[in-house]
Amino acid sequence: MSLEFSAEAQKKIAALCERYPSKKPVVLAALHLAQKEFGHLSDEALQLVGHTLDLPYAHVFGVATFYTMFRREPGGKTTIRVCTNISCMLRGGYDVLAAFESKLGLTKGQSNKDFGLVEEECIAACANAPAVVCGTKYFLDVEPAQVEEIIRYLREHPHPESEVV
Amino acid sequence: MPAEIGTKLVSAKFGNEAAKTLAGYEKLGGYQVLRKALAMRPEDLVNEVKASNLRGRGGAGFATGVKWGFVPKDSPAVHLVCNADESEPGTCKDRELIYWDPHLLIEGMIISAHALRAVHNYIYIRGEMMREYAVLVRAVEEAYQRGYLGKNILGTGLECHLTVHRGAGAYICGEETALLNSLEGRRGQPRLKPPFPAIKGLFGEPTIVNNVETLMNVPIIIDKGAQWFAGLGVGRSGGTRMICVSGHVERPGVYELPIGVTFNQLINEVCGGVWKGRKVRAVIPGGTSMPPLSVDELDVPIEFDALMTDERIRPVEVRPGQLFDLGGGRQLRTMAGSGGVVVIDDHEDLVKAVWRIMKFYAHESCGQCTPCREGTGWLEKVCRRVANEQGKPDDLELLASIAHGIAGNTICALGEAAAWPMLGFLTKFRADFEAKIGKVRAA
Repeated sequence: MSLEFSAEAQKKIAALCERYPSKKPVVLAALHLAQKEFGHLSDEALQLVGHTLDLPYAHVFGVATFYTMFRREPGGKTTIRVCTNISCMLRGGYDVLAAFESKLGLTKGQSNKDFGLVEEECIAACANAPAVVCGTKYFLDVEPAQVEEIIRYLREHPHPESEVV
Repeated sequence: MPAEIGTKLVSAKFGNEAAKTLAGYEKLGGYQVLRKALAMRPEDLVNEVKASNLRGRGGAGFATGVKWGFVPKDSPAVHLVCNADESEPGTCKDRELIYWDPHLLIEGMIISAHALRAVHNYIYIRGEMMREYAVLVRAVEEAYQRGYLGKNILGTGLECHLTVHRGAGAYICGEETALLNSLEGRRGQPRLKPPFPAIKGLFGEPTIVNNVETLMNVPIIIDKGAQWFAGLGVGRSGGTRMICVSGHVERPGVYELPIGVTFNQLINEVCGGVWKGRKVRAVIPGGTSMPPLSVDELDVPIEFDALMTDERIRPVEVRPGQLFDLGGGRQLRTMAGSGGVVVIDDHEDLVKAVWRIMKFYAHESCGQCTPCREGTGWLEKVCRRVANEQGKPDDLELLASIAHGIAGNTICALGEAAAWPMLGFLTKFRADFEAKIGKVRAA
């Protein structure tokens, strides 16, 4: 097998396995860890997770492709999630998304090496709409005019997709 | 005595950075109620919660103590799972509650676990909430180190474990059986019920799934007493309620409020009125899956039973003149849901707003049941063309027929979550849709 988990990740997985009656429930955490370590979930990464937890590849594939935060292809270092759901839409969420698209030169769903841009569903920050989340960092009450500054900040302070696992 | 505006139970520590640490929480009296609760018999704790009229804050408003009572006596293994998968559009209270007071949630879980005789317990937190996940993991570690969690908690001989389990992006995992599947390491698809989780849940064992806010109220009930808590509320709803207000108001926010507050009070007295001096057009009362209210229905209190039964709220129709049947001839008005109140002003394109709601449910349908998988997609497409003034003359009938075909015909409530607002908006704001179609015909 070409990929290996770091010693730290292996320790985390082993500790988590103690918390459940079998290894299967650890698959989400192991996929988050794999994404953190390898950037995306390639076929090899899914095989590694299956091998580590004694799960069939098909099961790991099924789980990895069900949840929207797991990505099968390489993407940008920081994923910018712009909410456009109802509460954000009512206060200009689509204008914020358009500003990100234009300043990054990306269409929603696309990424370059630094950034991925995602039109996100409700991120539970409705009282501070429009809201944007990147890893552990929230940007609240965002106005399109602030987008350039946010991008500059994120270039200096990247928030990787699975920064906390 | 009923609560007054300003009464704070679960949000009392908002803004207090120090209270987030174990030391800070203990300084404010934290984990003292746990000592009292561990000395009580589990059945007495269940009875206390029953008497408090605490109702589930996740959406359904089911009586928490009654739910706890469904666990079969003498079950060898029971689990308590906290549903922290908050993702109903318009709802943003649990994220704040976890962030500001993680130890109140943990204390509530340990007390509740003792009431249920549950040993291995879990918090399922939404994948996107990375900041709050980090806060919770740290707080749980602190609680273990201090002996509040572990094999012999506080020397009582009781064992209680708590594990934070992180999701990975799927609205459906807020549905309790989908959540359990996700917790077991599977795709998050809902299970057929019965059996209900209280009988056969996590790992096939009896499981109680409760919302964050619900569990955070438990230490307060045990501390101050069920009668006091019940007295704060209205009718069969005890305590206060976290209400998230978003949309077109001057001061959107997450407010802890007395349960009897009306929508008009909420908008005008708490939130400073509608923004830009405009008027209210529609209000979504409890997350987007609930049918909307129109401007003449806003004197109703934000309370579980009132929103289902108050005759000032016009019932939802399938089509003009035909009432929607919830089963057994029961009418659908609306529900208090998750506490997410979305205020929409009179300048907004309502059809576009409905399209955005449908787009969400189409995106989040797990694909298991055909009526929902196909139907939510059709609702989104037809709404989009009506919103874009490209609708066809019979599109309103088509939307109603799709929504009616979904409701009641799926394993879980995501189907209704799309169908109810669709039918609700068509019932109360039909002219907006007709005007969009009229423009096509006029062109």
